[in-house]
Amino acid sequence: MSLDVELIRKDFPILERKVGDGKALVYLDSAASSQKPRQVIDAMSDYYALHHSNVHRGVHALAEEATALYEGARDKVAAFINAPDRNEVIFTKNSSEALNLVASVLGWAGEPYGLGPGDRVVITQMEHHSNIVPWQLTTQRSGAELAWLKLTDDGRLDLSDLDELINENTKVVAVVHVSNILGTLNPLDVIVRRAHDVGAIVVVDASQSAPHIPLDVQALGADFVAFTGHKMLGPTGIGVLWGRAELLNELPPFLGGGEMVGTVDMEGSTYAPIPHKYEAGTMPIAEAVGLGAAVDYLTALGMANVAEHEHEIVSYALERLQSVEGLRIIGPQTPEAHGAAISFTLEVAGLGEIHPHDVGQVLDEQGIAVRVGQHCARPVCVRYGIPATTRASFSVYTTKAEIDALVEGLEYVKRFFGA
Amino acid sequence: MKLDSMYQEIILDHYRNPHHKGLRDAYGAEVHHINPTCGDEVTLRVHLTDPQRGEDALVRDVSYESAGCSISQASASVMSDLVIGKSVAEALKVGDAFLELMQSKGEAEGDEDVLEDAVAFAGVSKFPARVKCALLSWMAFKDAAAQALATTTKETEQ
Repeated sequence: MSLDVELIRKDFPILERKVGDGKALVYLDSAASSQKPRQVIDAMSDYYALHHSNVHRGVHALAEEATALYEGARDKVAAFINAPDRNEVIFTKNSSEALNLVASVLGWAGEPYGLGPGDRVVITQMEHHSNIVPWQLTTQRSGAELAWLKLTDDGRLDLSDLDELINENTKVVAVVHVSNILGTLNPLDVIVRRAHDVGAIVVVDASQSAPHIPLDVQALGADFVAFTGHKMLGPTGIGVLWGRAELLNELPPFLGGGEMVGTVDMEGSTYAPIPHKYEAGTMPIAEAVGLGAAVDYLTALGMANVAEHEHEIVSYALERLQSVEGLRIIGPQTPEAHGAAISFTLEVAGLGEIHPHDVGQVLDEQGIAVRVGQHCARPVCVRYGIPATTRASFSVYTTKAEIDALVEGLEYVKRFFGA
Repeated sequence: MKLDSMYQEIILDHYRNPHHKGLRDAYGAEVHHINPTCGDEVTLRVHLTDPQRGEDALVRDVSYESAGCSISQASASVMSDLVIGKSVAEALKVGDAFLELMQSKGEAEGDEDVLEDAVAFAGVSKFPARVKCALLSWMAFKDAAAQALATTTKETEQ
Protein backbone atom coordinates (compact mmCIF):
# COMPACT_ATOMS: atom_id res chain seq x y z
CA MET A 1 0.00 0.00 0.00
CA SER A 2 1.47 3.34 -0.91
CA LEU A 3 1.48 6.16 1.61
CA ASP A 4 -0.86 9.13 1.28
CA VAL A 5 1.91 11.67 1.67
CA GLU A 6 -0.33 14.72 1.47
CA LEU A 7 -2.39 13.37 4.36
CA ILE A 8 0.76 12.53 6.31
CA ARG A 9 2.12 16.06 5.79
CA LYS A 10 -0.95 17.50 7.52
CA ASP A 11 0.19 15.74 10.71
CA PHE A 12 3.45 17.71 10.75
CA PRO A 13 2.78 21.30 11.81
CA ILE A 14 6.29 22.48 10.99
CA LEU A 15 5.85 21.62 7.31
CA GLU A 16 3.30 24.46 7.12
CA ARG A 17 5.76 27.15 8.05
CA LYS A 18 7.64 29.55 5.85
CA VAL A 19 11.33 30.32 6.11
CA GLY A 20 13.42 33.32 5.12
CA ASP A 21 11.32 35.83 3.22
CA GLY A 22 8.20 33.69 2.93
CA LYS A 23 9.55 30.62 1.13
CA ALA A 24 7.81 27.29 1.67
CA LEU A 25 9.98 24.95 3.72
CA VAL A 26 11.52 22.07 1.76
CA TYR A 27 12.94 19.92 4.54
CA LEU A 28 15.52 17.49 3.18
CA ASP A 29 17.49 16.99 6.38
CA SER A 30 15.63 14.15 8.08
CA ALA A 31 18.78 12.05 8.47
CA ALA A 32 20.09 14.73 10.84
CA SER A 33 16.75 14.86 12.63
CA SER A 34 13.24 14.15 11.42
CA GLN A 35 10.27 16.41 12.05
CA LYS A 36 7.57 15.40 14.53
CA PRO A 37 3.90 14.64 13.91
CA ARG A 38 1.21 16.28 16.04
CA GLN A 39 0.60 12.86 17.65
CA VAL A 40 4.09 12.87 19.19
CA ILE A 41 3.90 16.50 20.29
CA ASP A 42 0.47 15.89 21.84
CA ALA A 43 1.56 12.72 23.62
CA MET A 44 4.38 14.59 25.33
CA SER A 45 2.26 17.61 26.11
CA ASP A 46 -0.55 15.41 27.54
CA TYR A 47 1.97 13.51 29.58
CA TYR A 48 3.20 16.70 31.24
CA ALA A 49 -0.27 18.22 31.53
CA LEU A 50 -1.99 15.18 32.99
CA HIS A 51 0.22 12.29 34.08
CA HIS A 52 3.67 13.42 35.10
CA SER A 53 5.44 12.01 38.12
CA ASN A 54 8.64 10.12 38.64
CA VAL A 55 8.45 6.47 37.61
CA HIS A 56 8.90 3.26 39.65
CA ARG A 57 9.11 5.25 42.87
CA GLY A 58 5.70 6.18 44.19
CA VAL A 59 2.53 4.43 45.19
CA HIS A 60 0.30 7.34 44.24
CA ALA A 61 -1.94 7.53 41.18
CA LEU A 62 0.34 9.75 39.09
CA ALA A 63 3.38 7.59 39.78
CA GLU A 64 1.45 4.58 38.56
CA GLU A 65 0.19 6.38 35.46
CA ALA A 66 3.65 7.72 34.58
CA THR A 67 5.18 4.28 35.14
CA ALA A 68 2.56 2.63 32.95
CA LEU A 69 3.21 5.17 30.16
CA TYR A 70 6.98 4.80 30.42
CA GLU A 71 6.92 1.01 30.50
CA GLY A 72 4.21 1.04 27.84
CA ALA A 73 6.63 2.87 25.56
CA ARG A 74 9.12 0.05 26.13
CA ASP A 75 6.48 -2.49 25.07
CA LYS A 76 5.81 -0.50 21.90
CA VAL A 77 9.49 -0.31 21.01
CA ALA A 78 9.95 -4.02 21.75
CA ALA A 79 7.10 -4.89 19.38
CA PHE A 80 8.41 -2.43 16.75
CA ILE A 81 11.77 -4.23 16.53
CA ASN A 82 10.36 -7.72 17.22
CA ALA A 83 12.42 -8.11 20.39
CA PRO A 84 11.92 -11.55 21.95
CA ASP A 85 11.82 -10.00 25.44
CA ARG A 86 10.70 -6.48 26.40
CA ASN A 87 13.39 -6.37 29.10
CA GLU A 88 16.01 -6.35 26.35
CA VAL A 89 14.97 -2.81 25.42
CA ILE A 90 17.14 -0.30 27.30
CA PHE A 91 16.31 3.39 27.08
CA THR A 92 19.30 5.69 26.60
CA LYS A 93 19.81 9.36 25.72
CA ASN A 94 20.50 8.61 22.04
CA SER A 95 22.40 6.21 19.77
CA SER A 96 25.73 7.63 20.88
CA GLU A 97 25.01 6.81 24.50
CA ALA A 98 23.77 3.34 23.55
CA LEU A 99 27.00 2.64 21.62
CA ASN A 100 29.15 4.10 24.40
CA LEU A 101 27.32 1.85 26.85
CA VAL A 102 28.17 -1.29 24.88
CA ALA A 103 31.75 -0.24 24.17
CA SER A 104 32.34 0.70 27.80
CA VAL A 105 30.92 -2.42 29.44
CA LEU A 106 32.71 -4.69 26.97
CA GLY A 107 35.90 -2.87 27.93
CA TRP A 108 35.20 -3.39 31.63
CA ALA A 109 33.90 -6.96 31.51
CA GLY A 110 35.97 -9.96 32.53
CA GLU A 111 36.12 -13.23 30.60
CA PRO A 112 34.65 -14.29 28.30
CA TYR A 113 33.37 -10.98 26.89
CA GLY A 114 35.90 -8.43 28.11
CA LEU A 115 38.45 -6.81 25.81
CA GLY A 116 42.19 -6.99 26.43
CA PRO A 117 45.56 -7.15 24.68
CA GLY A 118 45.46 -9.60 21.78
CA ASP A 119 41.74 -9.05 21.18
CA ARG A 120 40.42 -7.31 18.11
CA VAL A 121 37.48 -5.01 17.48
CA VAL A 122 36.41 -4.60 13.86
CA ILE A 123 34.54 -1.51 12.69
CA THR A 124 34.06 0.01 9.22
CA GLN A 125 35.27 3.08 7.40
CA MET A 126 31.67 4.26 6.89
CA GLU A 127 30.75 4.48 10.58
CA HIS A 128 29.37 7.64 12.11
CA HIS A 129 31.83 9.08 14.62
CA SER A 130 29.55 7.73 17.37
CA ASN A 131 30.42 4.19 16.31
CA ILE A 132 34.14 4.99 15.93
CA VAL A 133 35.20 7.03 18.93
CA PRO A 134 33.69 4.77 21.65
CA TRP A 135 35.64 1.84 20.16
CA GLN A 136 38.83 3.91 19.91
CA LEU A 137 38.42 4.81 23.58
CA THR A 138 37.71 1.27 24.73
CA THR A 139 40.48 -0.35 22.65
CA GLN A 140 43.00 2.28 23.79
CA ARG A 141 42.08 1.65 27.41
CA SER A 142 41.99 -2.14 27.19
CA GLY A 143 44.95 -2.67 24.87
CA ALA A 144 42.78 -4.38 22.25
CA GLU A 145 43.38 -3.75 18.55
CA LEU A 146 41.01 -1.79 16.29
CA ALA A 147 40.69 -2.98 12.67
CA TRP A 148 38.64 -1.51 9.82
CA LEU A 149 36.56 -2.84 6.98
CA LYS A 150 37.27 -0.50 4.05
CA LEU A 151 35.08 0.90 1.28
CA THR A 152 34.79 0.22 -2.43
CA ASP A 153 34.89 3.04 -4.99
CA ASP A 154 31.11 2.88 -5.37
CA GLY A 155 30.41 3.45 -1.69
CA ARG A 156 29.85 -0.05 -0.40
CA LEU A 157 31.72 -2.13 2.17
CA ASP A 158 34.67 -4.00 0.72
CA LEU A 159 34.04 -7.51 2.00
CA SER A 160 36.87 -9.14 0.03
CA ASP A 161 39.02 -9.47 3.15
CA LEU A 162 36.15 -10.10 5.57
CA ASP A 163 37.44 -13.51 6.66
CA GLU A 164 40.99 -12.25 7.34
CA LEU A 165 39.80 -9.10 9.08
CA ILE A 166 37.25 -10.82 11.31
CA ASN A 167 39.64 -13.43 12.63
CA GLU A 168 39.75 -15.77 15.62
CA ASN A 169 40.93 -12.95 17.87
CA THR A 170 37.95 -10.76 17.01
CA LYS A 171 35.66 -10.19 19.96
CA VAL A 172 33.45 -7.39 18.63
CA VAL A 173 32.25 -6.35 15.19
CA ALA A 174 30.50 -2.95 15.18
CA VAL A 175 28.84 -1.93 11.94
CA VAL A 176 26.34 0.59 10.68
CA HIS A 177 23.13 -0.75 9.12
CA VAL A 178 22.60 2.24 6.79
CA SER A 179 25.36 4.82 6.33
CA ASN A 180 24.29 8.34 7.27
CA ILE A 181 26.54 9.90 4.64
CA LEU A 182 26.58 7.39 1.76
CA GLY A 183 23.10 5.98 2.22
CA THR A 184 24.48 2.46 1.77
CA LEU A 185 22.38 -0.37 3.21
CA ASN A 186 24.92 -2.94 4.37
CA PRO A 187 24.61 -6.73 3.93
CA LEU A 188 24.58 -7.48 7.64
CA ASP A 189 23.73 -11.15 7.17
CA VAL A 190 27.18 -11.87 5.71
CA ILE A 191 28.94 -9.92 8.45
CA VAL A 192 26.88 -11.40 11.30
CA ARG A 193 27.51 -14.93 10.01
CA ARG A 194 31.27 -14.45 9.86
CA ALA A 195 31.38 -12.69 13.23
CA HIS A 196 29.40 -15.42 14.95
CA ASP A 197 31.57 -18.09 13.30
CA VAL A 198 34.51 -16.71 15.26
CA GLY A 199 32.45 -16.05 18.39
CA ALA A 200 32.44 -12.26 18.09
CA ILE A 201 29.66 -10.02 19.41
CA VAL A 202 27.92 -7.97 16.71
CA VAL A 203 26.87 -4.38 17.46
CA VAL A 204 24.67 -2.66 14.88
CA ASP A 205 24.13 1.09 14.59
CA ALA A 206 20.58 1.22 13.25
CA SER A 207 20.12 4.99 13.61
CA GLN A 208 19.48 5.42 9.88
CA SER A 209 17.54 2.19 9.33
CA ALA A 210 15.05 2.11 12.22
CA PRO A 211 13.15 5.16 10.83
CA HIS A 212 13.01 3.83 7.30
CA ILE A 213 12.79 0.04 6.93
CA PRO A 214 11.26 -2.78 8.97
CA LEU A 215 13.73 -3.58 11.76
CA ASP A 216 13.52 -7.11 13.15
CA VAL A 217 16.29 -7.75 15.63
CA GLN A 218 15.66 -11.50 15.57
CA ALA A 219 15.99 -11.66 11.78
CA LEU A 220 19.04 -9.38 11.92
CA GLY A 221 20.80 -11.82 14.24
CA ALA A 222 23.01 -9.19 15.87
CA ASP A 223 23.73 -9.06 19.61
CA PHE A 224 23.22 -5.33 20.16
CA VAL A 225 21.26 -2.81 18.11
CA ALA A 226 21.29 0.94 18.79
CA PHE A 227 19.00 3.64 17.43
CA THR A 228 17.70 7.07 18.36
CA GLY A 229 14.25 8.57 18.74
CA HIS A 230 14.69 11.94 17.09
CA LYS A 231 15.48 10.53 13.66
CA MET A 232 12.31 8.37 13.68
CA LEU A 233 9.69 11.10 14.23
CA GLY A 234 10.21 11.00 18.00
CA PRO A 235 11.72 13.57 20.37
CA THR A 236 15.36 14.29 21.12
CA GLY A 237 16.83 12.94 24.35
CA ILE A 238 15.70 9.34 23.98
CA GLY A 239 17.45 6.44 22.29
CA VAL A 240 17.33 2.69 22.47
CA LEU A 241 19.80 -0.09 23.02
CA TRP A 242 18.46 -3.52 22.32
CA GLY A 243 20.70 -6.36 23.52
CA ARG A 244 20.43 -10.08 24.05
CA ALA A 245 19.23 -10.74 27.60
CA GLU A 246 21.99 -13.24 28.38
CA LEU A 247 24.63 -10.63 27.52
CA LEU A 248 22.91 -7.76 29.33
CA ASN A 249 22.50 -9.96 32.39
CA GLU A 250 26.17 -10.92 32.50
CA LEU A 251 27.88 -7.67 31.50
CA PRO A 252 28.70 -5.09 34.18
CA PRO A 253 26.54 -1.98 34.72
CA PHE A 254 27.28 1.27 32.84
CA LEU A 255 26.17 4.26 34.91
CA GLY A 256 25.56 3.92 38.62
CA GLY A 257 22.72 5.64 40.45
CA GLY A 258 19.15 5.39 41.60
CA GLU A 259 16.88 2.69 40.21
CA MET A 260 19.69 0.59 38.74
CA VAL A 261 20.40 -1.11 42.06
CA GLY A 262 19.12 -4.02 44.09
CA THR A 263 20.50 -3.40 47.57
CA VAL A 264 23.03 -0.69 48.41
CA ASP A 265 25.34 -1.35 51.35
CA MET A 266 28.34 0.60 52.45
CA GLU A 267 30.41 -2.40 51.41
CA GLY A 268 28.93 -2.61 47.92
CA SER A 269 25.75 -2.97 45.92
CA THR A 270 23.74 -5.43 43.94
CA TYR A 271 22.07 -4.45 40.72
CA ALA A 272 18.53 -4.42 39.44
CA PRO A 273 17.53 -6.90 36.77
CA ILE A 274 17.47 -5.65 33.17
CA PRO A 275 16.30 -3.30 31.77
CA HIS A 276 16.62 -1.14 34.89
CA LYS A 277 20.20 -2.24 35.54
CA TYR A 278 21.15 0.03 32.64
CA GLU A 279 18.77 2.92 33.41
CA ALA A 280 20.39 4.88 36.25
CA GLY A 281 18.69 7.97 37.61
CA THR A 282 15.47 9.59 36.46
CA MET A 283 15.10 8.75 32.81
CA PRO A 284 13.70 10.97 30.04
CA ILE A 285 10.13 9.87 30.75
CA ALA A 286 8.24 12.31 28.51
CA GLU A 287 10.68 11.56 25.72
CA ALA A 288 10.07 7.83 26.08
CA VAL A 289 6.33 8.51 25.90
CA GLY A 290 6.96 10.61 22.76
CA LEU A 291 9.01 7.81 21.23
CA GLY A 292 6.17 5.41 21.98
CA ALA A 293 3.82 7.71 20.07
CA ALA A 294 6.27 7.90 17.17
CA VAL A 295 6.45 4.11 17.06
CA ASP A 296 2.63 3.99 17.05
CA TYR A 297 2.60 6.46 14.17
CA LEU A 298 5.13 4.51 12.10
CA THR A 299 3.45 1.21 12.91
CA ALA A 300 0.09 2.58 11.75
CA LEU A 301 1.68 3.65 8.47
CA GLY A 302 3.34 0.26 8.20
CA MET A 303 7.12 0.09 7.96
CA ALA A 304 6.91 -1.88 4.70
CA ASN A 305 4.90 1.00 3.23
CA VAL A 306 7.35 3.55 4.62
CA ALA A 307 10.23 1.64 3.03
CA GLU A 308 8.39 1.44 -0.29
CA HIS A 309 7.64 5.17 -0.32
CA GLU A 310 11.19 6.14 0.54
CA HIS A 311 12.63 3.72 -2.02
CA GLU A 312 10.51 5.46 -4.64
CA ILE A 313 11.74 8.88 -3.46
CA VAL A 314 15.38 7.72 -3.44
CA SER A 315 15.06 6.22 -6.93
CA TYR A 316 13.54 9.44 -8.22
CA ALA A 317 16.11 11.61 -6.46
CA LEU A 318 19.07 9.58 -7.75
CA GLU A 319 17.76 9.85 -11.30
CA ARG A 320 16.99 13.58 -11.08
CA LEU A 321 20.23 14.48 -9.31
CA GLN A 322 22.31 12.60 -11.84
CA SER A 323 20.77 14.77 -14.54
CA VAL A 324 22.35 17.87 -12.95
CA GLU A 325 25.52 18.69 -14.84
CA GLY A 326 28.57 18.76 -12.57
CA LEU A 327 26.87 16.79 -9.79
CA ARG A 328 28.67 13.70 -8.51
CA ILE A 329 26.94 11.26 -6.16
CA ILE A 330 29.17 10.10 -3.30
CA GLY A 331 27.95 6.59 -2.53
CA PRO A 332 25.88 4.05 -4.41
CA GLN A 333 24.51 5.47 -7.67
CA THR A 334 21.57 3.08 -7.87
CA PRO A 335 18.60 2.63 -5.52
CA GLU A 336 19.26 -1.02 -4.67
CA ALA A 337 20.24 -1.49 -1.03
CA HIS A 338 20.04 2.27 -0.54
CA GLY A 339 18.79 4.12 2.52
CA ALA A 340 17.02 7.47 2.58
CA ALA A 341 20.06 9.76 2.23
CA ILE A 342 22.08 10.88 -0.80
CA SER A 343 25.38 12.78 -0.64
CA PHE A 344 26.89 14.65 -3.55
CA THR A 345 29.38 17.26 -4.68
CA LEU A 346 28.67 19.97 -7.24
CA GLU A 347 31.00 21.51 -9.81
CA VAL A 348 30.50 24.49 -12.02
CA ALA A 349 32.41 25.06 -15.25
CA GLY A 350 35.35 27.44 -14.92
CA LEU A 351 35.23 27.50 -11.12
CA GLY A 352 35.51 23.89 -10.01
CA GLU A 353 33.75 22.43 -7.02
CA ILE A 354 31.34 24.64 -5.13
CA HIS A 355 31.92 24.03 -1.46
CA PRO A 356 28.95 22.34 0.26
CA HIS A 357 28.68 25.26 2.71
CA ASP A 358 28.03 27.57 -0.21
CA VAL A 359 25.61 25.10 -1.78
CA GLY A 360 23.71 24.79 1.50
CA GLN A 361 23.62 28.54 2.09
CA VAL A 362 22.17 29.35 -1.34
CA LEU A 363 19.67 26.46 -1.06
CA ASP A 364 18.62 27.82 2.35
CA GLU A 365 17.80 31.14 0.74
CA GLN A 366 15.26 29.23 -1.35
CA GLY A 367 13.78 27.51 1.71
CA ILE A 368 15.55 24.21 1.06
CA ALA A 369 17.14 22.61 4.12
CA VAL A 370 19.97 20.15 3.47
CA ARG A 371 22.93 19.12 5.57
CA VAL A 372 26.43 20.14 4.52
CA GLY A 373 29.82 19.15 5.90
CA GLN A 374 31.39 15.87 6.88
CA HIS A 375 28.29 14.40 8.55
CA CYS A 376 30.27 13.08 11.53
CA ALA A 377 31.88 10.61 9.11
CA ARG A 378 35.23 12.19 8.29
CA PRO A 379 36.93 8.89 7.27
CA VAL A 380 34.42 8.64 4.41
CA CYS A 381 35.32 12.12 3.13
CA VAL A 382 39.02 11.25 3.36
CA ARG A 383 38.41 7.96 1.53
CA TYR A 384 36.80 9.75 -1.41
CA GLY A 385 39.20 12.71 -1.37
CA ILE A 386 36.57 15.36 -0.74
CA PRO A 387 36.44 18.05 1.96
CA ALA A 388 32.73 17.63 2.57
CA THR A 389 29.43 16.81 0.89
CA THR A 390 25.94 18.17 0.51
CA ARG A 391 23.38 15.63 1.71
CA ALA A 392 19.67 15.41 0.95
CA SER A 393 17.74 13.00 3.14
CA PHE A 394 14.15 11.90 3.22
CA SER A 395 11.33 10.71 5.42
CA VAL A 396 7.69 9.66 5.30
CA TYR A 397 6.63 13.22 4.41
CA THR A 398 9.07 13.78 1.51
CA THR A 399 7.49 14.41 -1.90
CA LYS A 400 8.79 14.23 -5.45
CA ALA A 401 7.98 17.92 -5.78
CA GLU A 402 10.57 18.57 -3.06
CA ILE A 403 13.16 16.66 -5.09
CA ASP A 404 12.26 18.83 -8.08
CA ALA A 405 12.71 21.92 -5.90
CA LEU A 406 16.14 20.67 -4.87
CA VAL A 407 17.20 20.12 -8.47
CA GLU A 408 16.00 23.59 -9.46
CA GLY A 409 17.75 24.98 -6.40
CA LEU A 410 21.03 23.36 -7.43
CA GLU A 411 20.79 24.88 -10.91
CA TYR A 412 20.36 28.25 -9.22
CA VAL A 413 23.40 27.57 -7.03
CA LYS A 414 25.48 26.97 -10.14
CA ARG A 415 24.26 30.18 -11.78
CA PHE A 416 24.90 32.11 -8.55
CA PHE A 417 28.55 31.11 -8.26
CA GLY A 418 29.34 30.67 -11.95
CA ALA A 419 31.65 33.27 -13.41
CA MET B 1 17.89 39.69 -0.30
CA LYS B 2 19.75 38.44 2.76
CA LEU B 3 22.06 36.25 0.71
CA ASP B 4 23.52 39.21 -1.16
CA SER B 5 24.65 40.75 2.11
CA MET B 6 26.95 37.78 2.58
CA TYR B 7 27.96 37.03 -0.98
CA GLN B 8 29.07 40.53 -1.97
CA GLU B 9 30.34 40.72 -5.54
CA ILE B 10 33.77 41.61 -4.22
CA ILE B 11 33.84 38.38 -2.20
CA LEU B 12 32.80 36.32 -5.21
CA ASP B 13 35.52 38.04 -7.27
CA HIS B 14 38.21 37.08 -4.77
CA TYR B 15 36.74 33.55 -4.62
CA ARG B 16 36.84 33.12 -8.40
CA ASN B 17 40.28 34.75 -8.78
CA PRO B 18 42.17 34.45 -5.52
CA HIS B 19 45.25 36.64 -4.98
CA HIS B 20 48.62 35.31 -3.79
CA LYS B 21 47.42 31.70 -3.83
CA GLY B 22 49.94 28.86 -4.14
CA LEU B 23 52.79 27.98 -1.80
CA ARG B 24 56.08 29.78 -2.43
CA ASP B 25 59.48 28.51 -1.33
CA ALA B 26 60.76 31.44 0.71
CA TYR B 27 59.13 31.42 4.13
CA GLY B 28 59.91 31.67 7.82
CA ALA B 29 57.03 29.59 9.12
CA GLU B 30 54.30 27.35 7.80
CA VAL B 31 51.06 26.44 9.57
CA HIS B 32 48.09 24.24 8.79
CA HIS B 33 44.71 25.29 10.16
CA ILE B 34 41.38 23.54 9.80
CA ASN B 35 37.77 24.32 10.51
CA PRO B 36 36.58 20.93 11.73
CA THR B 37 32.87 21.65 11.46
CA CYS B 38 32.96 22.11 7.69
CA GLY B 39 36.31 20.80 6.53
CA ASP B 40 37.85 24.11 5.40
CA GLU B 41 41.64 23.81 5.41
CA VAL B 42 44.51 26.18 4.82
CA THR B 43 48.27 25.66 4.68
CA LEU B 44 49.84 29.09 5.00
CA ARG B 45 53.42 30.39 4.85
CA VAL B 46 54.68 33.72 6.10
CA HIS B 47 57.93 35.25 4.84
CA LEU B 48 59.26 38.18 6.89
CA THR B 49 61.97 40.71 6.09
CA ASP B 50 64.35 41.23 9.05
CA PRO B 51 62.44 39.06 11.53
CA GLN B 52 65.00 40.04 14.18
CA ARG B 53 63.22 43.41 14.29
CA GLY B 54 60.28 41.67 15.97
CA GLU B 55 56.88 43.11 15.20
CA ASP B 56 58.50 45.90 13.20
CA ALA B 57 59.56 43.26 10.64
CA LEU B 58 57.87 43.56 7.26
CA VAL B 59 55.54 40.91 5.90
CA ARG B 60 57.32 40.24 2.63
CA ASP B 61 55.03 37.46 1.40
CA VAL B 62 52.09 35.33 2.43
CA SER B 63 51.49 32.22 0.35
CA TYR B 64 48.89 29.55 0.89
CA GLU B 65 47.10 26.47 -0.38
CA SER B 66 43.52 26.14 0.73
CA ALA B 67 40.36 24.16 0.22
CA GLY B 68 37.01 25.31 1.42
CA CYS B 69 33.99 27.47 0.91
CA SER B 70 33.85 30.76 -0.97
CA ILE B 71 33.97 32.75 2.26
CA SER B 72 37.14 31.08 3.54
CA GLN B 73 38.80 31.26 0.10
CA ALA B 74 37.93 34.89 -0.49
CA SER B 75 39.00 35.80 3.02
CA ALA B 76 42.46 34.26 2.48
CA SER B 77 42.82 36.29 -0.71
CA VAL B 78 41.74 39.57 0.91
CA MET B 79 43.86 38.90 4.00
CA SER B 80 47.03 38.32 1.98
CA ASP B 81 46.39 41.52 0.00
CA LEU B 82 46.04 43.42 3.25
CA VAL B 83 49.01 42.14 5.21
CA ILE B 84 51.73 41.89 2.54
CA GLY B 85 53.93 44.99 2.73
CA LYS B 86 52.83 45.94 6.23
CA SER B 87 54.82 45.47 9.41
CA VAL B 88 53.76 42.50 11.54
CA ALA B 89 52.37 44.93 14.13
CA GLU B 90 50.26 46.75 11.54
CA ALA B 91 49.08 43.51 10.00
CA LEU B 92 48.00 42.15 13.38
CA LYS B 93 46.16 45.40 14.05
CA VAL B 94 44.19 44.93 10.82
CA GLY B 95 43.52 41.35 11.91
CA ASP B 96 42.11 42.63 15.22
CA ALA B 97 39.84 45.04 13.35
CA PHE B 98 38.62 42.19 11.15
CA LEU B 99 37.98 39.98 14.18
CA GLU B 100 35.96 42.79 15.75
CA LEU B 101 33.93 43.14 12.55
CA MET B 102 33.26 39.40 12.44
CA GLN B 103 32.06 39.41 16.04
CA SER B 104 29.66 42.30 15.44
CA LYS B 105 26.64 40.11 14.54
CA GLY B 106 25.87 42.38 11.61
CA GLU B 107 25.95 45.58 13.70
CA ALA B 108 29.26 47.02 12.46
CA GLU B 109 30.20 48.21 8.98
CA GLY B 110 33.97 48.17 9.40
CA ASP B 111 36.45 50.98 8.73
CA GLU B 112 37.20 50.88 5.02
CA ASP B 113 40.46 52.83 5.54
CA VAL B 114 41.75 49.97 7.68
CA LEU B 115 40.01 46.94 6.23
CA GLU B 116 39.74 47.89 2.53
CA ASP B 117 38.12 44.96 0.64
CA ALA B 118 37.61 43.11 3.94
CA VAL B 119 34.66 45.39 4.84
CA ALA B 120 32.72 43.30 2.31
CA PHE B 121 32.65 40.56 4.96
CA ALA B 122 30.46 42.64 7.29
CA GLY B 123 27.39 40.72 6.08
CA VAL B 124 29.03 37.38 6.96
CA SER B 125 28.98 38.36 10.64
CA LYS B 126 25.19 37.84 10.58
CA PHE B 127 25.70 34.15 9.85
CA PRO B 128 27.25 32.56 12.97
CA ALA B 129 27.98 29.32 11.12
CA ARG B 130 30.14 31.17 8.59
CA VAL B 131 32.17 33.49 10.83
CA LYS B 132 34.75 30.76 11.42
CA CYS B 133 35.16 30.37 7.66
CA ALA B 134 36.02 34.06 7.31
CA LEU B 135 38.45 33.96 10.25
CA LEU B 136 40.33 30.79 9.31
CA SER B 137 43.12 32.36 7.23
CA TRP B 138 43.47 35.31 9.61
CA MET B 139 44.04 32.93 12.51
CA ALA B 140 46.54 31.01 10.39
CA PHE B 141 48.38 34.22 9.56
CA LYS B 142 48.55 35.27 13.21
CA ASP B 143 49.91 31.87 14.17
CA ALA B 144 52.44 31.76 11.31
CA ALA B 145 53.68 35.31 11.96
CA ALA B 146 54.26 34.51 15.62
CA GLN B 147 56.15 31.35 14.68
CA ALA B 148 58.22 33.18 12.05
CA LEU B 149 59.26 35.71 14.69
CA ALA B 150 60.11 32.95 17.13
CA THR B 151 62.24 30.98 14.66
CA THR B 152 64.23 33.63 12.85
CA THR B 153 66.96 31.12 12.04
CA LYS B 154 64.80 29.47 9.37
CA GLU B 155 64.65 32.74 7.43
CA THR B 156 66.04 32.38 3.94
CA GLU B 157 67.70 35.01 1.78
CA GLN B 158 66.54 38.62 1.79
